[in-house]
Amino acid sequence: MNPRIAKALVNGLLLGGAAVALFPLLWMLSVSFMRPGETGSLPPPLLPAHATFDNYRELFLRAGMGQYLLNSLLVSSAITLLSLACNLMAGYAFAKLRFAGRRVLFQILIGGLVIPAQVAMLPLFLLLKYLGLIDSYAGVIVPAMATVFGIYLVRQYARSIPDELLEAARIDGAGEWRIFVQIVLPLLKPIMVTLAIFTFLAAWNDFMWPLIVLTGQEHYTLPIGLASLAREHAQDSELMMAGSVVTVLPVLLLFLALQRYYLQGLLLGSVKG
Amino acid sequence: MNSRRTAWLFLAPAMLVLGVFFLLPVIAALVLSLTDYDLYALADIHNLRFVALGNYWALLQRPLFWSALGHTFYFVAIGVPLSMATSLGAALLLNSPLARCRSFFRTVLFAPVVTTVVAVAVIWRYLFNTKYGIANVVLEHFGFHPMDWLGDPHWAMPTIILFAVWKNFGYNMIIFLAGLQAIPVDLYEAARIDGASAWRQFRHITLPMLRPTLMMVSILTVSGYFQLFAEPYVMTEGGPLQSTTSVLYLMYDEGFKWWNLGTASAVAFLLFAVMFAATAVLLKLARRGHGHGADEEPA
Repeated sequence: MNPRIAKALVNGLLLGGAAVALFPLLWMLSVSFMRPGETGSLPPPLLPAHATFDNYRELFLRAGMGQYLLNSLLVSSAITLLSLACNLMAGYAFAKLRFAGRRVLFQILIGGLVIPAQVAMLPLFLLLKYLGLIDSYAGVIVPAMATVFGIYLVRQYARSIPDELLEAARIDGAGEWRIFVQIVLPLLKPIMVTLAIFTFLAAWNDFMWPLIVLTGQEHYTLPIGLASLAREHAQDSELMMAGSVVTVLPVLLLFLALQRYYLQGLLLGSVKG
Repeated sequence: MNSRRTAWLFLAPAMLVLGVFFLLPVIAALVLSLTDYDLYALADIHNLRFVALGNYWALLQRPLFWSALGHTFYFVAIGVPLSMATSLGAALLLNSPLARCRSFFRTVLFAPVVTTVVAVAVIWRYLFNTKYGIANVVLEHFGFHPMDWLGDPHWAMPTIILFAVWKNFGYNMIIFLAGLQAIPVDLYEAARIDGASAWRQFRHITLPMLRPTLMMVSILTVSGYFQLFAEPYVMTEGGPLQSTTSVLYLMYDEGFKWWNLGTASAVAFLLFAVMFAATAVLLKLARRGHGHGADEEPA
């Protein structure tokens, strides 16, 4: 094939693909600034005739979107911090500390990955009901405080820490906790960032479990609030698009800022499933 | 200092969480699926009865279970190959030495992956609206009849598949891209010297070298696609005429709408069994192909 045609073809296809990937998101942004009912004309407009913030005002003043946003921030941050702590400690132990049954326990964990999370959801609901955690932030946060994926990721990364470094610290009389905090954690910083952004995005976007455990509006996270609004306000596309912008924009910006770490985690996590 | 005790102290928080909030519920789910746990048992546990395999037996005789399973298989059988082909195509384009602004294109093509399913499903619902949706405007522009995308039982699932491909292809694209970049360049150079066409290079170098990656990605994608739930929940509510009711949707309805927790647990385990079988078949296929081409050692 003529190299110039090949080049045009490759870049043309990439441009087309990028347009398809971005169009729904750009359309969402544009419609969110339209006046109520504006999309209900033919042909449907692509840009607002007069840009307005009315939809956002309506969402935050009357539809409780501010509360959902706060809930999402709170729940996702708590899950990220707590699971980071648990996974870092466990991943380090599996990589660097010696104890009987290390291999077997780790293999059981990895084996657990084949069980879909939904299998646990029904008894988990009963358990949390018994603990009085239904319709609370804790009901979403507590079951997410440790993940096999996170432990696996930390373990793979921590294995590259030289044993001599830890031994030298032990000979100098440093306690295990001090070694972990002062020597290991600084070395694990890149994987911490990776795991943090991964966990935050997953928590932010999670749908099925929060839908089950959060029964009252005051605790809704954004996806749950949006799904419930979508059933109430099916006709108000402009309002719904503003709601989608509020839901999607924070994670999209976070990803853009930290995408190197995110993509690295994606590759590390998929090496062995 | 006792190193064994240290290790267990470091492990304790994570093991406690996973044990109490995952392992225990999974075992409990198995027990639950053998009982008639329902609204009455929820009110008073003395109403609970052991029914052995009764829930499974009843499910296997219910047309709704089979249709939910059928819809899920439909979604997996069409969605996974389509999704993987799109991912591979995009990765090949990004990996081409002719491509420009690669990191820009990579970011843009990946963007749908990080978006929230619920939010983008809402967008698609409007884009594929029968009357005012852009999709139909485009169709009419090219002289086709407008379609009732999400309102027609024959078209609702294909529309959801299209949505899932758009939303997910970027993920595997990144994995394929890494796989492609790991293929030694001199293999292609040798092939070019021998006069092999681009298609033959793809067929005889790229595909065999990518084989381990393809197998792993297909296993992960299949198990992901079996867990279809949020898309029909937001876009179609399982309709029209239950044409998009997936197995998980059925589980959710049985469990948290009708409070038949026993039946719902049985649904969950049947889905697990199906996913397990599908993974086993794929692994077997992967092993059978072992020895063809150069299989790289998984890290």
